Amino acid sequence: MSTRSARSILPGFGLSLGFTIAYLSLIVLLPLSAVFLKTSGMTWAEFVAAVSSPFVISAYKVSFFASLAAASVNAVFGLIVAWVLVRYTFPAKKIVDALVDLPFALPTAVAGIALTTIYAQTGWIGRWLAPYDIKIAYTPIGVFIALTFIGLPFVVRTLQPVIEELEPELEEASATLGASRFQTVFRVILPQLTPALIAGTAMAFARSLGEYGSVVFIGANLPMKTQIVPHVIYEKLEQYDYRGATAIATVMLVTSFVLLLLINLLQKWSRRYNKI
Amino acid sequence: MKFKRLFALLSAVALAGTALAKDIELLNVSYDPTRELYVDYNAAFAKYWKAKTGDTVSIKQSHGGSGKQARSVIDGLRADVVTLALAGDIDPISEVARLIPADWQKRLPHNASPYTSTIVFLVRKGNPKAIKDWDDLAKPGVAVITPNPKTSGGARWNYLAAWEFAKRKLGGDEQAKGFVAKLLKNVPVLDSGARGATTTFVQRGIGDVLISWENEAYLALKEFGADKFEIVTPSLSILAEPPVAVVEKVAKKKGTLAVATAYLEYLYSAEGQDIAGKHFYRPIDPKAAAKYAGQFAPIQLFTIDEAFGGWSKAQKIHFADGGTFDQIYLKQ
Repeated sequence: MSTRSARSILPGFGLSLGFTIAYLSLIVLLPLSAVFLKTSGMTWAEFVAAVSSPFVISAYKVSFFASLAAASVNAVFGLIVAWVLVRYTFPAKKIVDALVDLPFALPTAVAGIALTTIYAQTGWIGRWLAPYDIKIAYTPIGVFIALTFIGLPFVVRTLQPVIEELEPELEEASATLGASRFQTVFRVILPQLTPALIAGTAMAFARSLGEYGSVVFIGANLPMKTQIVPHVIYEKLEQYDYRGATAIATVMLVTSFVLLLLINLLQKWSRRYNKI
Repeated sequence: MKFKRLFALLSAVALAGTALAKDIELLNVSYDPTRELYVDYNAAFAKYWKAKTGDTVSIKQSHGGSGKQARSVIDGLRADVVTLALAGDIDPISEVARLIPADWQKRLPHNASPYTSTIVFLVRKGNPKAIKDWDDLAKPGVAVITPNPKTSGGARWNYLAAWEFAKRKLGGDEQAKGFVAKLLKNVPVLDSGARGATTTFVQRGIGDVLISWENEAYLALKEFGADKFEIVTPSLSILAEPPVAVVEKVAKKKGTLAVATAYLEYLYSAEGQDIAGKHFYRPIDPKAAAKYAGQFAPIQLFTIDEAFGGWSKAQKIHFADGGTFDQIYLKQ
């Protein structure tokens, strides 16, 4: 009995696992290990000096907070977009749905140039803000806007299938049992969406941390102000400082990996917590 | 045996090919503002080479920030020639990757720089902020556009020109650093290359003044209209010598050494010099220089060797990690 249940109907576990490992090694592990290898040529003191200079620390902060802000905004508005796209029908819904994927498909440099054109003080939107001395392009707000643009599809596309699975009967039951609308949303619907929401937001966040193409156009790249970590890495490469660049890349890699791991755990926990 | 015969056959075909007219392809890896210059020059050279040898040569161009371009060549971009913004970007190709012989600057006349340029200001029409010279750029309320000197060759010339001006006027390096710090405080965007900075100033409408290559400033004037911008020539500026070199190791491997060398040598010919002048570079040939002298305002020029002791020294003191540029941004 126990051996039977462990057996899969389809054979080929060994083969497919071998393939998976080989494929992941080739595509992901190999290039990443090159980063570690290059860094391992440095002494510990060199490494610390490279990854903790004031410029790099400032860039960590800019990258982290702008990504966090962008991911948070996407968590709220991405949820609304996903909800509307699943639950309601309206004209041109297919087109709106396809629009969500645009940030995926658009080269990020194009997105950056387009956003800069709109938000610069000569642009469609920037022009109206300039008289009030509000600047968006070339400020941290610009960085935030670019990252929000990049992150949106991650949240929406992760939530959509989960919302499709939600049973409207649960909401009806909640209403007939006397729950207010507020209670239905926050005690019935949201708990079921939490794991997917966390996953989508986390992916948007991780993607934003590494974003380069759009930010270099809309951010001013000023050291200590709007410079992001990927730009510091680029700057180091320009100076032929390959080790310094890979050292910072290593820090980013380890941070992202730990973050993703934490989020996976959090997701697991929230799934268990909500399963009653 | 079979393989040997095949090989012999192939080499015979290859030899026969060389006797006939060839199709040659060259890759010229250059920096940002030379796009238009080399489009013209490539056509002229192809014509010259066809007439001389009967071979058809087509030249591909690659442009970008000078430092980035040098790095692509080091990392394996198969360039036959490099035509970059400063000697400091060709040196690493020679020192790090050993693709170019160490004495490359002596292989062609005039430090291997077939044309020179300098650094001037581009301001908006009517010069509303009344910018006349370098000191006006450090005044509060003036927004200055210049690229990041860590990534842009042009920006390094800009930085050093401002530094030397202040040093001469205010008396020393410490004062010059204070002056450049004030100037950099007025910089709202640090683009990574000269062309990006021009776009920011011209198309995005950011800034009151663009510190720019002289040729780039004239080009912007020509492209976007003299009714929108003006060129201001400062009292003192740096003599920029953008050098050229054959990437010998690559060219040898590709079998293009002769044509690549001729390509660079022809830059010094009457026609090459004329094209350079037409694109607002300052020709070094006296005849072409005289022809185009009228288009440039008089300016006192100094060289990097006399003011800073050469590129490698300037690079170390000002732009390397912990150099004056880093020190200035750390204090802000």
